[in-house]
Amino acid sequence: MKAISRTSSATAPSAEVTGARSFARTTRLLMAPAVIFLLIWMLVPLAMTIYYSFQQYNLVMPMYNGFAGLNNFAILLSDPTFWKSLANTLIIVGASLVITVSLGLMLALLFNRTFVGRGVARTLAVAPFFVMPVVTGLIWKNMLFHPVYGLFAWVARQLGLEPVDWLAHYPMLSVIIMITWEWTPFALLVLLTGLQSLPEDQIEAARLDGASAWQEFRHIVIPHLGQVLYVVVMLESIFFLTSFAEIYTTTSGGPGTATTNLPYYIFQTVFQQTDIGIASAAAIGAVILANIFAIMLIRFIAGNLNAGAAR
Amino acid sequence: MRLALFVSGIGIAGLGVCSAAMAQSTEITVATVNNPDMVTMQSMMSAFNESHPDIKVNWVTLPENELRQKVTTDIASGAGQYDVVTVSNYETPIWAQNDWLTPMENLPDSYDVDDLLKPVKDGLSVDGTLYALPFYAESSVTYYRKDLFEKAGIEMPDKPTWSQIKDFAAKIQSSSDGVYGICLRGLPGWGQNMALFGTMVNSYGGRWFDMDWEPQLTSEEWKNAANAYVDLLNNYGPPGVTSNGFTESETLFANGQCGMWVDSTVAASYLSDPETSKIADKVGFAQAPYETTEKGSNWLFTWALAVPQSSKHQEAAKTFVDWATSKDYIQAVADDKGWLAVPPGTRQSTYSSEDYVKAAPFAPLVETAIKSASPNDPSAQEVPYTGVQFVTIPQFQAIGTRVGQLMAAMLSGDTSVDEALQQGQTFTDRIMQQTGKPQ
Amino acid sequence: MNSSRFTNGVMGVLAWIVALLIFFPILWLLLTAFKTEQQAFTVVPNFFFSPTLESFKTALAQGSGYWHYAWNSVLTAVASTVIGLALAVPAAYAMAFYPNKRTDFLLVWMVSTKFIPAVGVLIPIYLVYSAVGLLDNALGLTLLFTAMNLPIIVWMVYSYFRDIPKDIVEAADIDGASIMQTLFKVVLPLALPGLASTGLLALILAWNESFWSITMTDHSAATLAVYIASFKSAEGLFWAKMSAASVLAIAPIIVLGWFTQRQMVRGLTFGAVK
Repeated sequence: MKAISRTSSATAPSAEVTGARSFARTTRLLMAPAVIFLLIWMLVPLAMTIYYSFQQYNLVMPMYNGFAGLNNFAILLSDPTFWKSLANTLIIVGASLVITVSLGLMLALLFNRTFVGRGVARTLAVAPFFVMPVVTGLIWKNMLFHPVYGLFAWVARQLGLEPVDWLAHYPMLSVIIMITWEWTPFALLVLLTGLQSLPEDQIEAARLDGASAWQEFRHIVIPHLGQVLYVVVMLESIFFLTSFAEIYTTTSGGPGTATTNLPYYIFQTVFQQTDIGIASAAAIGAVILANIFAIMLIRFIAGNLNAGAAR
Repeated sequence: MRLALFVSGIGIAGLGVCSAAMAQSTEITVATVNNPDMVTMQSMMSAFNESHPDIKVNWVTLPENELRQKVTTDIASGAGQYDVVTVSNYETPIWAQNDWLTPMENLPDSYDVDDLLKPVKDGLSVDGTLYALPFYAESSVTYYRKDLFEKAGIEMPDKPTWSQIKDFAAKIQSSSDGVYGICLRGLPGWGQNMALFGTMVNSYGGRWFDMDWEPQLTSEEWKNAANAYVDLLNNYGPPGVTSNGFTESETLFANGQCGMWVDSTVAASYLSDPETSKIADKVGFAQAPYETTEKGSNWLFTWALAVPQSSKHQEAAKTFVDWATSKDYIQAVADDKGWLAVPPGTRQSTYSSEDYVKAAPFAPLVETAIKSASPNDPSAQEVPYTGVQFVTIPQFQAIGTRVGQLMAAMLSGDTSVDEALQQGQTFTDRIMQQTGKPQ
Repeated sequence: MNSSRFTNGVMGVLAWIVALLIFFPILWLLLTAFKTEQQAFTVVPNFFFSPTLESFKTALAQGSGYWHYAWNSVLTAVASTVIGLALAVPAAYAMAFYPNKRTDFLLVWMVSTKFIPAVGVLIPIYLVYSAVGLLDNALGLTLLFTAMNLPIIVWMVYSYFRDIPKDIVEAADIDGASIMQTLFKVVLPLALPGLASTGLLALILAWNESFWSITMTDHSAATLAVYIASFKSAEGLFWAKMSAASVLAIAPIIVLGWFTQRQMVRGLTFGAVK
């Protein structure tokens, strides 16, 4: 299948060079719109954010605006809420990643078996991934988590337990539950598709060699899924780092700052405190954090490209 | 003005939107809060369009916190999305000084400016010029359930203390009936939990700043007030109190789930209306509680309508504001929906109206509360600022927002009282250093 | 053999239980949408009730503005997808078939812009939008959705293009077809299923997006996400109405998602899964 590839063109340099030269202009033209668009919509604003982070700039206090030096960063770093929001962000990303991936893997193994109505069951199980996050927030907040009228409260009372006020007493857990409800189906979907592409002959060969189920899983399934798992982790990190709707519609970052993550912290600093300078400084923090994750992604893609070239 | 209309007309026509309709009518966008009186205003639109068929009104109705966010950023960044904004007596003087609001001058004689209650009018004026017109005004009072008090054999004084409130709450709380001793705002926001908590701080003798603008959040008075607040709500409050703002608490009380509720006077008519309230005949009224001092124990808050300088349809917007805050509007609501539904607290004529006082027996109490609110003398101690439940400086929006969050964290047990107040102090200090002290 | 059949049976039942548990919140939403407000808001949940369309009627009624928001959702999602594809297809085509030294860098750079969090660019975009009148504007929101999805679209389209045998393209080149002719006559027809699922994913992501729509719009260009989010502080009894509105907002996307799940996974995983 992968006989086609860059290597085939690289082995015929002479033909390729002339072709490339005549095409170079056109290909540049083909790339330009997308590149320019991303420059304007992502890099220019990013540069402006950096600029604002050095400004004393509060929308409602125009009389105090001016150059701030490193003051915004100093204020930010001395703000316990900023650190709290950073920690919350990492907790959300970390916990949700661990839960969605491990649960998703278990479910994928379960759904990879043959049983009656598998297609329908799988279709039901992946549905939450397609649900709008604001709807997720509202369903869970009102109809499930509500301490008096919610379904969980009813179940608790049926079991003779005191209903729990989830969003007030376990806010972070509640947020993670909502996020994993949305994203475990995604992990399941991707990993299941990965499992189904596992070559039968490999498994059979292993079974003939007398491999146990665990050995089979450890030495054939996991290596095969490696790349897929990587994609799941990367895509989920992107979305978990920027979780917003689930928090906005349920806890509004609270109680207090219990569920204020970095995006929500910045949102509040812009729209409630109207402090552009400090919000920009915090945004730079969010970009740096995202970059740490991005470096891993870039490594992966680079590796993937090389793998493609090697085939 | 006309040029602006013309230019925006061309812009819209250029976008291919029907330009013929533009010539005949002006569309204005009104940003308002989702309180019952504002909802009433929206349902009165046919009356407005009868007299002003050429003005089409679009509504942006938001909860209080979101409304503030949207309106503040819109006005401060000059975006001009809104032609009429709902602002309070906190923003109005500050924004007027920034030249963000158009002065409300040349009002028609029939508007009768002098009919507006003085504390309300003063709060919306700078150097004698009005920059917003009051839609309704409120102070805070104590609502209680007469039936539960009778059953418990206790009596509510005209002006209770917070200590008494706590004793009462203990006596009327009944988990078997699903009645919580007291409901109070816990939803973070400077206009939400901080409105109530701010008056608690005042009545415990506290203040936001001393005369050198040093924040006072770690003072004894603040600690006492905070402990009392946490103690009351954790022992006698409803679950999930940190998500209860004005509307949520109002729904709870109207549903019969609260024994007492200290909140805005504006809820009085909602609670007294059998259509909306299960306890309409059982609700009693008293003045807001105090503790060591009566100064600043009841707030003064005005929801007013203003026209931003960035509005592209200022004439039409002003016409709407005049109408919505006029005597005629009050009369129209009374005719259409009854006197209980009229927006309270703004005009002497409302309180002089026999029909109103007959329909709203709580009217004199509300009038007293509003007139007794003391924005110019809010604390037992000397202060450099005005405002009862807020401080009329631009920094307060950020400070009140953050301290409100901290108070909610304290309520939910996320942080201790001391820790929350310490963090509030640090934050306030930092903001004041960042911007420099007010002149 | 028997024990293995037994295990299979148990696992099948387990899988069904898990599937139903996962799906339950959506089912509950659906049921609530067919209740009256009084039936929806009860301490003891109503599992059996006579269904009514009342809440759907209220949700869709003239004054509710539902159609206004739905139209904005359709408009911004479709337009951003079309623009996104129009920008991404030529770029991915050039990178997949006419790579040069900078191709790897450009591709990685494009995909990595997805890692710039929205909050990192929110402030300047908000201020610039308010200055040029793009706040609460469908065009402004569409362009934001495009920027948000473009990296993923490029990524997916590129991975689909890479699966097209290069010989075919080279043959067309040698036959003297221009680059654009090759793109339209040879590559696009072959990649059509992949482009369709890419488009659907972009549509789904734009439709479900809430950060930009909540911060950048409030009425004129507000989408269903904004409308639904406004229920977060609704007053009185609103669960049934909220459920009906939510069902209407998520149903089309869930159905679309069900149809395209497999192709979507393939593109997203960069062709790692076939």
